[in-house]
Amino acid sequence: MASSPKLDAKIPEGPLAEKWTKYRSTVPLVNPANKRSLEVIVVGSGLAGGSAAATLAEMGYKVKVFCFQDSARRAHSIAAQGGINAAKNYQNDGDSTYRLFYDTIKGGDYRAREANVHRLAEVSGNIIDQCVAQGVPLAREYGGLLSNRSFGGTQVQRTFYAAGQTGQQLLLGAYSALSRQVGYGSVEMFARHEMLDVVTIDGRARGIIARNLVTGELEKHFGHAVLLCTGGYGNVFYLSTNAMGSNVTAAWKAHKKGAFFGNPCFTQIHPTCIPVSGDHQSKLTLMSESLRNDGRIWVPLKKDDNRKPNEIPEEERDYYLERRYPAFGNLVPRDVASRAAKERCDAGYGVGASKMAVYLDFAANTDRYGKTEANKQGIHNPTKEQIRELGKAVVKEKYGNLFDMYQQITGENPYEVPMRIYPAVHYTMGGLWVDYNLMTTVPGLYALGEANFSDHGANRLGASALMQGLADGYFVIPYTIGVYLSTEVTRMSAEKAKSDSIDKLKTNHPEFEKALSEVKGQIEKFFSIKGTKSVESFHKRLGKIMWDKCGMARNRKGLEEAITEIRALREEFWKDVRVLGDANEFNPDLEKAGRVADFLELGELMCLDALKREESCGGHFREEHQTEEGEAKRDDDNFAYVAAWEFKNVGDWELNKEELKFENIKIAQRSYK
Amino acid sequence: MGSGNGQMLNLTLKVWRQKNGKAKGSFETHQVSGISTDMSFLEMFDVLNEKLIHEGKEPIAFDHDCREGICGMCSMYINGRPHGPKGGITTCQLHMRSFKNGDTIIVEPWRSAAFPVIKDLVVDRSAFDRIIASGGYVSVNTGNAKDANNILIPKTAADAAFDAAACIGCGACVAACKNASAMLFVSAKVSQLALLPQGQVERKERVLKMVSQMDEEGFGNCTNTGACEAECPKGISLENIARMNREFLGAELTTAKK
Repeated sequence: MASSPKLDAKIPEGPLAEKWTKYRSTVPLVNPANKRSLEVIVVGSGLAGGSAAATLAEMGYKVKVFCFQDSARRAHSIAAQGGINAAKNYQNDGDSTYRLFYDTIKGGDYRAREANVHRLAEVSGNIIDQCVAQGVPLAREYGGLLSNRSFGGTQVQRTFYAAGQTGQQLLLGAYSALSRQVGYGSVEMFARHEMLDVVTIDGRARGIIARNLVTGELEKHFGHAVLLCTGGYGNVFYLSTNAMGSNVTAAWKAHKKGAFFGNPCFTQIHPTCIPVSGDHQSKLTLMSESLRNDGRIWVPLKKDDNRKPNEIPEEERDYYLERRYPAFGNLVPRDVASRAAKERCDAGYGVGASKMAVYLDFAANTDRYGKTEANKQGIHNPTKEQIRELGKAVVKEKYGNLFDMYQQITGENPYEVPMRIYPAVHYTMGGLWVDYNLMTTVPGLYALGEANFSDHGANRLGASALMQGLADGYFVIPYTIGVYLSTEVTRMSAEKAKSDSIDKLKTNHPEFEKALSEVKGQIEKFFSIKGTKSVESFHKRLGKIMWDKCGMARNRKGLEEAITEIRALREEFWKDVRVLGDANEFNPDLEKAGRVADFLELGELMCLDALKREESCGGHFREEHQTEEGEAKRDDDNFAYVAAWEFKNVGDWELNKEELKFENIKIAQRSYK
Repeated sequence: MGSGNGQMLNLTLKVWRQKNGKAKGSFETHQVSGISTDMSFLEMFDVLNEKLIHEGKEPIAFDHDCREGICGMCSMYINGRPHGPKGGITTCQLHMRSFKNGDTIIVEPWRSAAFPVIKDLVVDRSAFDRIIASGGYVSVNTGNAKDANNILIPKTAADAAFDAAACIGCGACVAACKNASAMLFVSAKVSQLALLPQGQVERKERVLKMVSQMDEEGFGNCTNTGACEAECPKGISLENIARMNREFLGAELTTAKK
């Protein structure tokens, strides 16, 4: 298979381990004086956007940052709980750059690009250094050194953490660096602003149209480059662990302006989330993967066992992950753990009122900690109760905030009874296709963090999203953006005498006016429909189709049906949606209408992508393609490629393939047994 | 499901409605029925908004995003208390099992001159961002860091810094305070960085700048009533305010006036 001529991944030549170092040392630079005249727009202020904006401003570029939340500090990176990976080998357990690279490629079921992933592993250590220097309070041991924990899909301890609030602390670090630049006047911050289109001129990204969410005013903003750091699109499923506002709109508008969409069907369903409690459910809450360090997952051995969990004796429990995957046990990757939970529940062994849940049980490890603690405190012959209490205190220190959150939501005390958990949509590995420089197929338009497709293949390993977001923002884009912006310097110099150059016209260029009137048109259209159904109701219906037919297990028939149903739903939406209020005011319902309109187009593409990928890999499980043991069965001969979809029209795409070459890793069936 | 036993509540809501920052606001009364005790408070608002849209009335605007108690976006003042009747949680984590059938619930926005109302229950908290931008950071450009384990930090200091850093910037402290003081918020950041070796170089300058910005934003003074600590969803301690006062005094006495 050869890659489509439309896709040039621009992977540097040379041995894998030297590619990035060499490339970084030879990419074109932009001199300090020229940086001051170059404007960069960053959309999104999470780990990727915040770190990129701060770093580019430190380097001297003029930066504008946009976020829809009321402050840059609220981006959804903040909700990441468990940790961030880095190949520091502080635990002396055999970790290395190569091992992190290898684990990530294997974890992604051999559907990620080797060169990007190796670069990610190379810079992972720098991220920890940078964050600590900023004052991010990562967990420490008594000797003052940094602490690590284990995460799924690995056999080393390389995950750094700050209790169950690692994302919050890392984001506040990036936010502080960003705020410093705001204070200096090097970054202009636009909170409560939503990007509603990217403006392209002669095929290049030249700026954006944004709506001021407080006044409703539509604004034109010019930039020599535009960075989309807008996160993932898990909310297409309605119920997910994403924040309520997380959306695909920025990426989708870019897609419609020429940016190819990579592997849209690759969705991560996280195994440990609090189960749905009823129709009123608005979102799902994750219980960190770090809990799988100390929790054992089980269901009753007997079908429809209605006894309370504590009444079911040890020998009547099925620790199915330990049974099926003895080598990795409860720490198998997320896709494997999720499917195994679904398999048990579908077979009738589920627990709780809905029977769509499994137990995550901390009793054994609580007692283990309790015994150690008793020894530490010199308590001889402790009672069972004493051990349990001492153990609970240890568990509380490690996971207290998660346990409290579980109790708030379910009304049950997880220190006393096992948690009930079930898989939920959590992350999207797919995203805008980017080359090695993180540039999309639109020159000057970049995608960073979860918004791009590049590093996690068909399944992301835990604690790698924070790593990728910060790697892209702090350590990749600051170098790679120079490749493009240095050509902008040359162009600007050549066009200096031109009276109608883009640099002189900026937002007065007619393309800005055109994009603005298109955005305005869509907003007016929403109000003109005056239908009968709420935006929310359409979102819920779309989510149900996606979850039932493009969720944890997919098949041809279901996907074909889903496409038909989504098309019909989209048509109904544009005929019968009801949006109230005014365009020229704060109007959350109008914001949501725009986001759901885009989800209604994206959902179809996800189903199409899942339909065309006639194999199972990572989170993409096609029921027609599985091994006898029910594991995902890849087809490397025909599907070792990135599916990069080119937008033609609504409901009409062209597939372009980027061949994935594995030159350093022997591609094999993934085994965690 | 859950522990709510499927119990359903009928409630009366008195909600603050205000078209925009310039308009005069007032309370509006709504009845909601069939509210499951397993719902979150915001899901109850979702139900109400769906009902309003169905009736052709504009839904109530309120801030919310993560619904996991960490982003700090939700901000309702419920029955006279920021984030409602239960301690240690944000509004999004408040569940309806904390209410009884037939209850009347009064919901208002944060009220403070420094947090002007944007619409209904939504306020402008950008003053907090400006305070952080005035000095709530360590000045270290990307790429300037040494190996993370070269900075040894005693576990007790790291834990104390983490406790202060747990602040989510929601503004409940300001809303709870009769003076609308932002001392708890500002002191949490000052403390975090003052407790860590990385924060030492700019220690004095930081506290002076942040306090000066806080005053400029129009927040009130601290009179040690402790309402902020009592209402903080993340348990940020009053000790931080004491520490900031010491930091401030020390910095003022030893820094030459410009």
